Amino acid sequence: MLAPDQAPVPRAMIEITRVAKTYRTKDGDVPSLRPIDLSIADGEFVVVVGPSGCGKTTLLRMIAGLMAPSEGRIRVGDRVVMKPHSDVGIVFQSALLLPWRTVLANVMMPVEVKRLPRAEYLPRAEALLSMAGLAGFESKHPWQLSGGMQQRVAICRALVHDPKILLMDEPFGALDAMTRERMNAELQRIQLETKKTAFLITHSIPEAVFLADRIVVLSERPGSIAAIYEVPIPRPRKLDVLGSPEFVRLTQTIRAHFKALID
Amino acid sequence: MRGLQMIVGAPWLKPLIFLVLLIVLWDFTIRIFHIPPYQVPAPVDVMVTLWQEWPRLLSEAVPTTIATVYGFLLSAAFGIPVAMLIASSRTVESYVYPLLVFSQSIPKVAIAPLFVVWFGFGMLPKVLAAFLLGFFPVVVSAVQGFKSVEPELLDLARSMEASRLQIFRMVSLPYAMPAIFSGLKVSITLAVVGAVVGEFVGSNSGIGYVLQRSIGNFELPTMFAALVVLAMIGVILFWILDLIERLVIPWHASQRQDLLVAA
Ligand SMILES: Nc1ncnc2c1ncn2[C@@H]1O[C@H](COP(=O)(O)OP(=O)(O)OP(=O)(O)O)[C@@H](O)[C@H]1O
Ligand SMILES: [Mg+2]
Repeated sequence: MLAPDQAPVPRAMIEITRVAKTYRTKDGDVPSLRPIDLSIADGEFVVVVGPSGCGKTTLLRMIAGLMAPSEGRIRVGDRVVMKPHSDVGIVFQSALLLPWRTVLANVMMPVEVKRLPRAEYLPRAEALLSMAGLAGFESKHPWQLSGGMQQRVAICRALVHDPKILLMDEPFGALDAMTRERMNAELQRIQLETKKTAFLITHSIPEAVFLADRIVVLSERPGSIAAIYEVPIPRPRKLDVLGSPEFVRLTQTIRAHFKALID
Repeated sequence: MRGLQMIVGAPWLKPLIFLVLLIVLWDFTIRIFHIPPYQVPAPVDVMVTLWQEWPRLLSEAVPTTIATVYGFLLSAAFGIPVAMLIASSRTVESYVYPLLVFSQSIPKVAIAPLFVVWFGFGMLPKVLAAFLLGFFPVVVSAVQGFKSVEPELLDLARSMEASRLQIFRMVSLPYAMPAIFSGLKVSITLAVVGAVVGEFVGSNSGIGYVLQRSIGNFELPTMFAALVVLAMIGVILFWILDLIERLVIPWHASQRQDLLVAA
């Protein structure tokens, strides 16, 4: 596609090349992801949607270096991913906060693990918490917080060491619709303010359209890329775009992919 | 009215009320069925003996308590590391765990005399007997605790590039703490039994020795008084351990209520 003599394009932040995954289990091989190619630019917000079991989490875990692909390779920054690397912060489906740590100590965990200078990162952790609307909760324990607040703490923890990339696996799946919309707005603000590259998995198509620069639709297991949509609505978006014609049209187009699966 | 309710609601009072009830029942049973005092002494006789022999019983309780505590400390000091090894390596588990379970089927009461043969009369055989009885519950609970760590939490730590030692210190060990403590609580009560068994077979001091001699002489009130002292040793040690647990893992669910009140 690109002419060789073209001016140097900015290299992608994440480059996924022919990556496939087959789980080897006692009962035989489980092909989970067919070879896929995807490149994600620096600062881009990519959202992945797809039917349950199509390999979304698998893809995220491979990008994080928690698991090796069966085929192909993943490059993050200018390194090929072989093991967990410091350029990512991950938010899992559940908040996964440590109950014996306070909110602040939970957010500081990556700093401790990586032995970064505490004095330098402590103000940063506090700033992140207040940005997430959690000022005053620093010394509380996770179980004294609501589900939505816990998930916000998890997002702060993923950002504290200032990774280039934010990986999120259905981070708001357990939240009610209203909290979820508010969290979406907050996530968008945080991502734009910190200029992170974001990779988010969701089952909610409106969430995908609201947040994404690009939406990747995966097909059923073993997943492959069924379509990629650019979201033409300029960011930052307000929550009222949820009713706009462009928004509705795009959600319907994406929903059609899954309708076809059901019929 | 409220004051009365508070006294009745006090947590230490309920088992006491129950105990008094049991003692009354004991007294009635003896009277109704005319059980002779050389089979079961009356509660009053036991209490009188307890009162009269208190100084002697107390001084005999000292070696028993010391043997129990040493045996218990040994089971914790060996049990927890052994559990760590078993939980961290499949190989170690497959070699060691079945043997450990097998060894539990050997009645320790039967091998206690062997300790006397090896180590003579004195502290050591008692401590070893207490250790033998206390060891297994610590291992079983701790293994279960280490193994029940959520795999996602381990992934989270791995994604921060945590070393094995860091994962153990920051995630696995605190996560296993509640299970370890429940094992320790079983262990300390069994260690009391172990110490007494040790005194049965080879000692001329301690509550176990008093028990054995009073049975031999048909001094049933003394024997029952010794049992009461023994139970008190168990309860007090258990209670101390409970207190330590509250200090070490104040975040644990079973203790949260207090913390909430304190906060
Ligand atoms: N550890 C594993 N061993 C064997 N098979 C696995 C394992 N993990 C996942 N799979 C299989 O791989 C497929 C993809 O799993 P994955 O968790 O990536 O799906 P997903 O798209 O995240 O689904 P969901 O939306 O339900 O979270 C599933 O069909 C599952 O059966
Ligand atoms: Mg998933």
